[in-house]
Amino acid sequence: MSLRYILGAAVLVGLPFGAAMAADDIEPCDGCANSMTVVSWGGAYQTSQQNAYSKPYAELTGTTFTWDESSNEAVAKLRAQFEAGNVTWDLVDVEGPDSQRLCDEGLAMPIDFDAVLAPGDDGSTPTADFGDGLINECFIPQIWFSTTFGYRTDVAEWNGAVPTSLCDVFDMEKFPGKRALEKRPKKNLEWALLCDGVTKEELYDVLSTPEGVDRALKKLDTIKDQTVWWSAGAEAPQLLADKEVVFGSTYNGRLFAVIEEQHQPVAMLWDYEVFDFDGWIVPADLPEDRKARVMNFLRFATDTQRLADQAKWISYGPARASSQPLVGKHADLGIEMAPHMPTNPDNMKNYLVNNIEWWADHQDEVEAKFQAWLTQ
Amino acid sequence: MTDATAGKPPRGGQMLAADGTPLKVSLRRAMRAQKLRALLLISPLLLFVLLTFILPIGDMLLRSVENDIVPSTLPKTVVALQDWDPKTSELPGEPVFAGLHDDLVIAVEKKANTRLGQRLNYEYSGFSSLMRGVVRDLKSMDTSRPFMEQFIEADKKWGDPAVWRTLKTFSGEYTSGYLLNALDMQRTENGIQMKPEQERIYLKLFLRTMAMSLGITFICLLLGYPIAFLLASLPLRTSNLILILVLLPFWTSLLVRTAAWKVLLQQQGVINDILVWLGLVADNARLVMINNATGTTIAMTHILLPFMILPLFSVMKGIPPSYMRAAKSLGANDWTAFWRVYFPQSIPGVGAGAILCFILAIGYYITPELVGGTSGVFISNRIAYHISTSLNWGLAAALATLLLVVVLALYWTYDRIVGIDNVKLG
Amino acid sequence: MANERGDAAFVAFEHVQKSYDGETLVVKDLNLNIGKGEFLTMLGPSGSGKTTCLMMLAGFETATHGEIRLAGRPINSVPPHKRGIGMVFQNYALFPHMTVGENLAFPLEVRKMSKSEIESKVKRALDMVQMGAFAGRRPAQMSGGQQQRIALARALVFEPELVLMDEPLGALDKQLREHMQFEIKHLHERLGVTVVYVTHDQSEALTMSDRVAVFNDGRIQQLAPPEDLYERPTNSFVAQFIGENNTLPGSVEAISGDRCTVKLTDGSVIDALPVNVSKPGDRTLVSIRPERVEFRDDRMPADTHKLEAEVLEFIYMGDSFRTRLRVAGNDNFIMKCRNAVDQRRLNAGEKVVIGWNVADCRALDAA
Repeated sequence: MSLRYILGAAVLVGLPFGAAMAADDIEPCDGCANSMTVVSWGGAYQTSQQNAYSKPYAELTGTTFTWDESSNEAVAKLRAQFEAGNVTWDLVDVEGPDSQRLCDEGLAMPIDFDAVLAPGDDGSTPTADFGDGLINECFIPQIWFSTTFGYRTDVAEWNGAVPTSLCDVFDMEKFPGKRALEKRPKKNLEWALLCDGVTKEELYDVLSTPEGVDRALKKLDTIKDQTVWWSAGAEAPQLLADKEVVFGSTYNGRLFAVIEEQHQPVAMLWDYEVFDFDGWIVPADLPEDRKARVMNFLRFATDTQRLADQAKWISYGPARASSQPLVGKHADLGIEMAPHMPTNPDNMKNYLVNNIEWWADHQDEVEAKFQAWLTQ
Repeated sequence: MTDATAGKPPRGGQMLAADGTPLKVSLRRAMRAQKLRALLLISPLLLFVLLTFILPIGDMLLRSVENDIVPSTLPKTVVALQDWDPKTSELPGEPVFAGLHDDLVIAVEKKANTRLGQRLNYEYSGFSSLMRGVVRDLKSMDTSRPFMEQFIEADKKWGDPAVWRTLKTFSGEYTSGYLLNALDMQRTENGIQMKPEQERIYLKLFLRTMAMSLGITFICLLLGYPIAFLLASLPLRTSNLILILVLLPFWTSLLVRTAAWKVLLQQQGVINDILVWLGLVADNARLVMINNATGTTIAMTHILLPFMILPLFSVMKGIPPSYMRAAKSLGANDWTAFWRVYFPQSIPGVGAGAILCFILAIGYYITPELVGGTSGVFISNRIAYHISTSLNWGLAAALATLLLVVVLALYWTYDRIVGIDNVKLG
Repeated sequence: MANERGDAAFVAFEHVQKSYDGETLVVKDLNLNIGKGEFLTMLGPSGSGKTTCLMMLAGFETATHGEIRLAGRPINSVPPHKRGIGMVFQNYALFPHMTVGENLAFPLEVRKMSKSEIESKVKRALDMVQMGAFAGRRPAQMSGGQQQRIALARALVFEPELVLMDEPLGALDKQLREHMQFEIKHLHERLGVTVVYVTHDQSEALTMSDRVAVFNDGRIQQLAPPEDLYERPTNSFVAQFIGENNTLPGSVEAISGDRCTVKLTDGSVIDALPVNVSKPGDRTLVSIRPERVEFRDDRMPADTHKLEAEVLEFIYMGDSFRTRLRVAGNDNFIMKCRNAVDQRRLNAGEKVVIGWNVADCRALDAA
């Protein structure tokens, strides 16, 4: 597991790797298009990308960037663009599973990582530096993010008890109050089974049987009437901040914002966070000039320093092992970001990694079952 | 001569125009230019409607039954499978596997294998990984050995007759699979059956969508009618001002509106706070008014109210106040005058507003998604999910097709009961 | 007239005032008695307050001050549907979603009459306006004149004692209008109902009414039978509003009894009947009807002042001749002569001397 490898690097904090990456190491770009359309998620995440990647790149090269906040529908829209024969996107930010789909269907371009990407600051090859993050031949990872729980620290009914385990979410007696969960089966089923006595190792074997799914839903039944189901990532933090729920699952960066930026009485429960990658894909068959520009940008934007820079604006872990030691302080808050990274060793004593393959096979069937269960 | 023949041209010939051509021909010629010009004038709209409306709907209808991907990706396999009896528990013979090998070699080259896997995964879980795996499997295959055992060696799923049954069932150019799925049905060895109870969802959602849309329409009518009545009877300046208030929801972004509803309706929200403060509701029994059907109903009513008020208002504006006065002068009290004279004349507005609200309501998905929780989501939310997340466009198209059928059926019923010509937007 | 017959007034307005905005009065201190069976017309230009008065009587507007009585009973607080007053509206206000029969049955149904009674009354009312064959039609399928008759029948079918008509003939063409005037008049005579009729058409008012109340500026300017109104207007508004009229401004020189001398603006002097002038020096507007102006010596009284006039235009009108004259600086002085065998036709440019009977030349207020 490359996470361990990354952690190894993360421990070496403080090594004075040259923050002096600058214009001179940008490769000249001949015959490149002057503009790029980049697709991302909007919000704080896109801002962090603009600050860390596109602004410095635009200053150095004069390239104009157009941002399209369509990442949550990227596969559908890109597929539609290919069907219409008019691909307008140059670079698309997607989550791991979506990249798999696009790559499988030939909508994303395979990348020769070692040729296209810059080697790590420590001299490692890109393939080694990104490690297991290279989940398919099209995907260039940027960050690790995790989905985990936050809880309110001011619930009177808890009588001073503090949740320490994932299974406290399912403990209505000790920790009464509403929960916010995503309106999707992914992650919820895994968490439910883990708290129903299934071990991490046999998790997907159990889930692969119809009985396993029923067992997970039965566990979820115990908190169903106390659960608010969210569909947009911003909802759970808001519900927590509004005191509408006492537990809420969401992306760790969103919880960071609630805790450190808005100073709400909320804390992180780092038990069994679920890891996912987010990264770039390049649409297949781009015209040469646009492709050349994208490749030039990618080499710049995914180098060791740039990936580390992104953590100044958002608490997601850089996907390169060599970037880990360079993670510094938050650009505005001035706090050390390393402890807030999902990849911080203290935060990942228990964790899961999104099982893309299993979900690709079972998504349709399990989703139908889950939605039917929700409406009952 | 009888009356019936009066008006016909004089006996012995047609009417002629001044230049000697028959009058009818001459008239047709004169009209042709006019018709051509009329056609030319509407042609941009015609083209627009064709491109943006008719074609997409046609495409949608087609997608809901289209299954081209299976026969076109696995042509040899499909032909070879024709001789296999799916009722047996035996595997198909070697020719089928050989055909599969040939087909897949081409498919992998064209990257069509994963898409096929996705398609078949809707019917049988596991096809997705099976088809992704073939890329690796094919490389290690030896063309001199029988393919059957090589395939089963590579992935034991190929030895499962259920996989082949699925392939055979869905090997046609067209399929009813999506439509059946949209009706909570499935095709099994024993013919078409309802899905197991715990997997049924769409019929329930269709019913809920209809019922809630009707309810929302009715609430809109209840709330909108008095407002429209007031607007129509006020002087223009005042009524314009109130009209602006009515239209305010249109000018506010959806997110602002939703945020406002959350602030008002959530358990720690303004309304609950007031109720608790007034002592009407206990602090530990605050009302749940959002993330459920109530939330959807309130928010949708808010959004759709203008669509009810505007047609009502424009129809009511056209009802002269003298009708009510006449009714009263004839001895009718306020209620009788309203109910027997005013209300019947406002029916076209009620019809137009109700149709507008209802049709908009059943197609809504953003608001239900944001404030509907689980008990307040509509069928459109599932359509949106299958369009943008699960990418099961066939099922999305099937659901949309059914929705269209339901709407047309309701429209037809409405026409039967009320009469569609009895609808007026202004 | 009501009081002459010795009846108490059937409809009475007492010191009625009406204001919509609390700043200006649309109706200023209205006092009016209407006798039972009378046909009274409220005549006036638009905005004069006549329709407001009608609406107050019908109950659709409330009086700001004062009292309205119907058959001796104050009705200020009686809602319109309990007043039992029939009303014909300007645009008929026939209910478009009902047939003619249903329209007529409506007032009877709300009075909870039996079916057979309703049927016979509707039939009788339709026959009364010669529309018996139209019971099944919708208003939209009928001409304006037919709708007018139905509206009339509907206002009468429940046998009210008072019927209000708000410019009911306004939308009809001239010929039909004149025809309907007679029909309404005859119906009134036959049924003996009291009618309050609002119009801005003076010939309609003169033709139909027992008495006419001329409204202007929220007040009744004159309340009189048609003949008095035309022959003996009591102020210059009425004189000018009713019929054609020549006016000459001037000031009173001397008054003695029913004769005064008026000095016109150009210095010439005429004789007139003092109507609302009281003392020498009063400013006045003298008014003379065109058909009372004479230019032939043999037709002019001997003992009055005469005026020099210049013919500006001669207009042949068939039954009469109109001659436009310049008189005392007024270029629009009209003289109207009957087209008789011995009548002389004047030519433009000709100078003539004109005169009139003192009684026909009324010295009115200078307004």
